[in-house]
Amino acid sequence: MAERSSTIDPSAHRGALRADDAPWEGLLANLPGRGNVSRRQFIKGVIATGASVSAFSYFAGPAATSARASVPRLVSINVNGQARRVDVLPQETLAMTLRYKLGLTGTKLGCDRAECGACTVMIDGVAHYSCSTLTQRVRAREVVTVEGLESPDGTLHPVQQAFIDELGPQCGFCTPGQVMAAAALLEANPNPTREEARRAMSGNLCRCGAYDHYLNGVMRAAANGQAVAEEVSNG
Amino acid sequence: MMKDMMPHFDLVQPTDVESALDLLREHGRDAWALAGGYDSFDWFKNRGKQPSVVVDLEGLDELKGVRETGDGIEIGATTSLTDVENDPLVRERYGLLAEAVSVVASPQIRNGGTIGGNICQDTRCWYYRYGMPCYRAGGNVCYAGAPDAMNREHALFGADRCVAVTPSDSAPALVALDAEMVVRNARGERVIPAGEFFMPPGVDITRMTVLDPDDLLTAVRIPARWAGARFHFEKVADRKTWDFPLVNVAAAFRIADGRIDDSRIVLGAVECIPRRLTDVEDLVRGRVPNESTAAEAGELATQGARPLSYNHFKIPLVKNLVARAVRSA
Ligand SMILES: Cc1cc2nc3c(=O)[nH]c(=O)nc-3n(C[C@H](O)[C@H](O)[C@H](O)COP(=O)(O)OP(=O)(O)OC[C@H]3O[C@@H](n4cnc5c(N)ncnc54)[C@H](O)[C@@H]3O)c2cc1C
Ligand code: SF4
Ligand code: FES
Ligand code: FES
Repeated sequence: MAERSSTIDPSAHRGALRADDAPWEGLLANLPGRGNVSRRQFIKGVIATGASVSAFSYFAGPAATSARASVPRLVSINVNGQARRVDVLPQETLAMTLRYKLGLTGTKLGCDRAECGACTVMIDGVAHYSCSTLTQRVRAREVVTVEGLESPDGTLHPVQQAFIDELGPQCGFCTPGQVMAAAALLEANPNPTREEARRAMSGNLCRCGAYDHYLNGVMRAAANGQAVAEEVSNG
Repeated sequence: MMKDMMPHFDLVQPTDVESALDLLREHGRDAWALAGGYDSFDWFKNRGKQPSVVVDLEGLDELKGVRETGDGIEIGATTSLTDVENDPLVRERYGLLAEAVSVVASPQIRNGGTIGGNICQDTRCWYYRYGMPCYRAGGNVCYAGAPDAMNREHALFGADRCVAVTPSDSAPALVALDAEMVVRNARGERVIPAGEFFMPPGVDITRMTVLDPDDLLTAVRIPARWAGARFHFEKVADRKTWDFPLVNVAAAFRIADGRIDDSRIVLGAVECIPRRLTDVEDLVRGRVPNESTAAEAGELATQGARPLSYNHFKIPLVKNLVARAVRSA
């Protein structure tokens, strides 16, 4: 996947793909449509997904609808305990903002379609796919990425340590997502059964097939957490 | 697969339902209501649908949460699937729904995806999702119905040019529970029985529900009628996580003196709309839910199935899932 620079020109996208402005509309005027479907709807339907799109997007039409009540561009989001000021497009996903605007490349993009879990982060303590979350949605939330788990003195999060001890990762690409899913699980349920842990981790694919290693890691982290909790309560 | 930005849209984040309704009315077909986004972003990223104004429902607090009503419960449309699954009222009285939403997609998708979005989601026919100009997209051909098409996931029943199926796990459960959909637009509110909410292709091939572009689903009401009944939900999919149902069944039974007094048996993913099996409900009424009742029910459930080239396997699935549901009563 090509790295993108942080300067994404919105004018190249703004309104470019609206059928109203489309220079090819005349060409499509005689295509068969169905009685109850307007031609414009039809055209919207046939703008095929995939390769043809990049060509279309150069036909930048006039600016689209007014920005009335549309979201602000300069926003502040709380990531890993810090307020980060960032210029965010309305349609921008959190994965994009984290990786390409804030340099937090620990969060991976695997599929960009909610089908792999590599992009998992915590939002207010709950696991979410950052590839499928608009950054504009998290303005009042607390986002934690894999970079935010270790303590300031460099001590790893119990899940990170347990994944190392259990030789969790193989290639490591899915690991940040696995770590975040596990950390979110233990936050909600510090003492899960193996079955509960398996279910909580089921939204994270691992192409290396290291599932059992990760699961062992989650159970070890939970056990270590329990041990620490008991120590604390025993004074 | 592309990993780039979605095309531009204006994002509006209203904080009250009236403003949201005004925006939807004002922008008509150019507007798009956004709940969890797990159906929407797929369309936007693939350039299959390109609204110019996206109305974010996240800020509408009155659309969130589960409330008790005089007759049952009301679930706000943007309540997450995880919250529906974990809600004490839902678990205690309507375990069928809790179970149905628990097998949707993946944990993260259930954390962000909403019950309203799950009901309103578009079909997953992959020709259509890939942007092919088929009937459903306003064209005049169905790619999936062709003899050599990849139609393993498609319909057994009720096809009318389009052979796509309802992909939702929660929809059959809501039909089985006699749920009602509360729908609002700028002109007022209407309440639609779940059994009439979904749109057959013969009536309008371009949409999956009766919702007009300016309509908002605000809540789902579940009456007390089936509270605490005997429930059965089963989903068959290729993988336990992520995959949409190949067939699912949601059933509710009232038993009196060891016999089935009344029931609802509803299949998903075999027709464009959830398929309520009223014939089977009639057949099992007054009968003991034993092996022979179950076998007859399973057999009857497959009547009228018209398989495509690659989905014959759904027929024995329907038969066995319905038989198992009846046996469980
Ligand atoms: C990889 C993957 C696997 C999946 N697997 C399953 C599965 O196994 N079973 C299953 O049931 N689902 C599955 N889904 C679907 C997922 O559960 C739905 O996408 C999700 O429930 C849709 O809800 P959402 O809140 O994300 O909807 P959105 O994407 O926000 O909305 C979906 C549609 O409904 C409309 N809409 C949403 N809310 C309202 C409202 N209140 N009023 C009017 N219109 C509204 C939107 O405009 C849009 O057209 C899967 C999705 C993905 C991405
Ligand atoms: S099944 Fe329906 S959605 Fe799929 S290609 Fe045919 S008309 Fe289109
Ligand atoms: S990149 Fe988000 S789930 Fe795959
Ligand atoms: S360790 Fe390689 S993908 Fe999981």
